[in-house]
Amino acid sequence: MTQASTQQRTPLYDRHVDAGAKLVAFAGWEMPVQYAGISEEHHAVRTAAGIFDVSHMGQIETRGPDAQAYLQHLLSNDLRKLAVGGAQYSVICRQDGGVLDDLFTYRLADAHFLTVTNASNHAKDLAWFKANTDGFDVDVIDCAANYAMLAVAGPRARAVVANLSDGLLPPRFHACERVIAGAPALVCGTGYTGEDGVELLISPDDARQVWDALLKAGVVPCGLGARDTLRLEVCFHLYGHDLSEERGPIEAGLGWCCHEETGFIGAEAVRAAREVQPEQQLVPFRLTGPGIARQGNPVIGGGIVTSGTLSPSLGVAIGMAYLPLALSEIGSEIEIDVRGKRRAAIVESKPLYRKDG
Amino acid sequence: MADASYPDDLLYHHEHDWARIDGDVATCGITWFAQEALGEIVFYEPPQVGTTIVQDQPYAEVESVKAVSDVIAPLSGEIIESNTALADSPEAINDDPYGAGWLIKVRLSDQSERDSLLDAAAYSATLE
Repeated sequence: MTQASTQQRTPLYDRHVDAGAKLVAFAGWEMPVQYAGISEEHHAVRTAAGIFDVSHMGQIETRGPDAQAYLQHLLSNDLRKLAVGGAQYSVICRQDGGVLDDLFTYRLADAHFLTVTNASNHAKDLAWFKANTDGFDVDVIDCAANYAMLAVAGPRARAVVANLSDGLLPPRFHACERVIAGAPALVCGTGYTGEDGVELLISPDDARQVWDALLKAGVVPCGLGARDTLRLEVCFHLYGHDLSEERGPIEAGLGWCCHEETGFIGAEAVRAAREVQPEQQLVPFRLTGPGIARQGNPVIGGGIVTSGTLSPSLGVAIGMAYLPLALSEIGSEIEIDVRGKRRAAIVESKPLYRKDG
Repeated sequence: MADASYPDDLLYHHEHDWARIDGDVATCGITWFAQEALGEIVFYEPPQVGTTIVQDQPYAEVESVKAVSDVIAPLSGEIIESNTALADSPEAINDDPYGAGWLIKVRLSDQSERDSLLDAAAYSATLE
């Protein structure tokens, strides 16, 4: 069963093995998909605090006098609204509006930005960043190897991290430098679970020390399996599932992070899509009977499921699908072809899971 | 069940299924390895009694939170009993894969097919 691995490993690989994690290949990395079990880890994040090793994610640094103007050329959101110490979500698009990646950018100083990429897109993003520097006085630096990244999430996450911090944690959508468990860290008030929490960008050499301190403080190690169920319950997009180069941000429901007036690459295509309404729209759904819909399952009458799982919080099968406008209204009853069986579902509003029930 | 286990009184199919043969009836299920690889099983639809199944062909699906997997028939025959309790408690397949987690009982149509199955030692060897 075991074969020589050509996958990259995070600095915490040995910790995952020791903790009994089930490891899988993901975007060229050998990553923990679960430790004790997906449901158990999921509930730990919803009710207490969990920690994810997301060191596979990439980082690109942009510096120089034209850093803001340059990034505004690439990123869909309005960079003027990103103050020093802030965090902003955006997409990057091809000229035709197809989504190349979705990512968070942190403004570390007036002319110094850090952008976090999806692991599966990092090489592509970096090439795109470098191919579009003409006319801008900037340095684009691949710094993925400089960082380990830990996401701590859950109602208790901030309190636990704060106990190990030399100062106050940044508010939501802000970032600042702190020392966490003895390690210098860029602490970011962002996450991917729908729970409060922070993401820590630290030196790979410090990853074990910070991981160990957080586990000792009672934070539960969680794998990519729980990360997926958590994000899907709150309808956060996963690139490669709900986003692709073949889909634009408007049909994906990401028009809110696109400011066409800034003139980013793809802005004209995005504006056109916003004006005419695309033929399909990404919407969340819930199954009303048995079965679990999965990525790739067709919807009767047109459309396709891009993400699907059993929701540990709701106890029902949920997902997201691109649906023709006629089927995409909230409350619309649809049927999904799940490997030859027709499964009944209903279109829901976002998010599928709400904290207050 | 926490630790790997492959009872000696069962025969095994290389696609991670087991059969307990008693005369012309076989009880079938998935192995410890299969349920461990899947993780917690959250959905299983018991097949209908009377369905004909064919050796090496899928006859049902088991689903974990993360993935769906076909269950392969270790032997051919007609389903004479289906473990319908699993529709409400699919986790029994994880907890007791060779006991309460049995999937179907089959009246065998070809006794010679058993010769193609593996004993516990041979099956365990395929997992290494």
